[in-house]
Amino acid sequence: MRVTNAAVVADVPVRPFVPGAPGTHITIRGLTKYFAGWPLYENFDLDIPKAKIVSVFGPNGCGKSTLINMISGLIPIDGGEILFDGKSLAETKIGYVFQNYREAMFPWMRTIDNIAYPLVMEGKSKAEVDRRMQELVASFDVKFDLNRYPYELSGGQQQTASIMRALAPKPEVVFLDEPFSALDYEMTLFIREKLQEVFIQSGTTMMLVSHDLEEAVYLADQILLLTKRPTKIAEILKYDDPRPRTVATLSEPSFISAKKLSLEIFQREVRR
Amino acid sequence: MDAPSSEAVAPAGNAAPWTAPAVSVAPPRSFPWGKLLPFLGPLVLFIIWDVVVRAGLIKAILLPPPSATIVTLVTGLAGGPLLTDFGVTVWRTVQAFLIAAIVGVPLGVLLGSSERAYRSVEFLIDFFRSTPSSALIPLFLLIFGVSDINKVAIAAFGAFLIVVFNSAYGVINARKQRVMAAKVMGASRWQIFKDVLIWESLQPTFVGLRSAVSMALVIVIVAEMFIGSESGLGHRIIDAQQVLNVKSMYAAILSAGALGYALNVIFLIAEKRIVHWSGR
Repeated sequence: MRVTNAAVVADVPVRPFVPGAPGTHITIRGLTKYFAGWPLYENFDLDIPKAKIVSVFGPNGCGKSTLINMISGLIPIDGGEILFDGKSLAETKIGYVFQNYREAMFPWMRTIDNIAYPLVMEGKSKAEVDRRMQELVASFDVKFDLNRYPYELSGGQQQTASIMRALAPKPEVVFLDEPFSALDYEMTLFIREKLQEVFIQSGTTMMLVSHDLEEAVYLADQILLLTKRPTKIAEILKYDDPRPRTVATLSEPSFISAKKLSLEIFQREVRR
Repeated sequence: MDAPSSEAVAPAGNAAPWTAPAVSVAPPRSFPWGKLLPFLGPLVLFIIWDVVVRAGLIKAILLPPPSATIVTLVTGLAGGPLLTDFGVTVWRTVQAFLIAAIVGVPLGVLLGSSERAYRSVEFLIDFFRSTPSSALIPLFLLIFGVSDINKVAIAAFGAFLIVVFNSAYGVINARKQRVMAAKVMGASRWQIFKDVLIWESLQPTFVGLRSAVSMALVIVIVAEMFIGSESGLGHRIIDAQQVLNVKSMYAAILSAGALGYALNVIFLIAEKRIVHWSGR
């Protein structure tokens, strides 16, 4: 497409870049994304704090997954800037956990080779890969046989393996797109605990998309509540009960009030 | 063949809380008749065939009794001239198939990995895929003359189009999410190609190879019938028909059928072994 009025476009002053508050990891400025000609995100600004878990929650179709997919580079953006500690995505190591683990793992590789794949691609030596695998197996307390093929494992085991794969290269940021929604409740609880443990150990920045409000609040340091499209930030709630959070946390007044407040904002936005 | 047994197990495994009334239900000890079901059809066919011949409904000069046909088939394949023709047809089919596979699979995968490249040749592939290959026999006669190469060439051509089509679509329809997963782990285009796309295309490629070997066999036999040939099952069938040697003709037809069936089974087994994740 040829821009016929290029001169006019060039005259528009560039918005000055405003850095995020101290402790910001991901800075999003002027993010714009159109879907079928309609704006989904328009001049969207957001700061994601470092070494925290941010849960993304909002009405259906507001683009929760689209947001993390744009940040992680899976979907191209139509405008704006996304920086990780001032670096571009290409210079940043990220991990991504898909909702549909069946189509995220490579069924032609054994589970262990799936997990090691990002390391092998970084050109790590056999010894380095083995050492990292041992660390991961220990920190996830893996009880199943990683030499099996992914399709031979249960859904929960497959999702555990894909979380291990995402964390294997020690990424700076991990994105999780509804990682529990294809699992049964028992497995969800188990993997949720594992994820929290690993987060406490590693302090990796995480962005979690969830459609379960309890889960979103339980894991989060910040709950990012979005509006209907064109999507804006409805509210960013802080929830700082100490970790490790447990089943007892679910009945703490602070948890209940954070969840209640989130729900109120959510309902306000849905009705709007 | 093991489908009935797995069906029987599945509901029991799911309905864990319900316990069967312990009385009266004994494990089935009777002979597994279900396993014999696949033999029922052929048996019935042979019986009808035999009855028809015995009753004289069809002249013996047109239809030999099944027992005589089977004897001719077995003695022919046990070192008789039928074996030679059988071997020649197998060899031509294998050659045609190998050419189609060795050229077709890499080309299909390459075309599929660039959708624009595939779109630009899609019409050609679809057009010639829809053209009955036997209609091209005269064209190939002009190019290769009445030769052995001609039969292999036209069979290879027909099989090749099927292979290219299936491999290309295998790559084009690769699960987008696996490609994304590789991309997010920092895979380059080449790494995505060799670690994801090729593997994703394996299953459709096998479907293509299996159809291609059937197609190669069909064309080889047609070519043996109508392109001056001294050997091969097609030649044998036509020859036997001309002199009304019906026993030999039916034996050759049956052996061609057995060959086609065996090739199909071999490919199914190979696919199950190699594409072990298929359907899971």
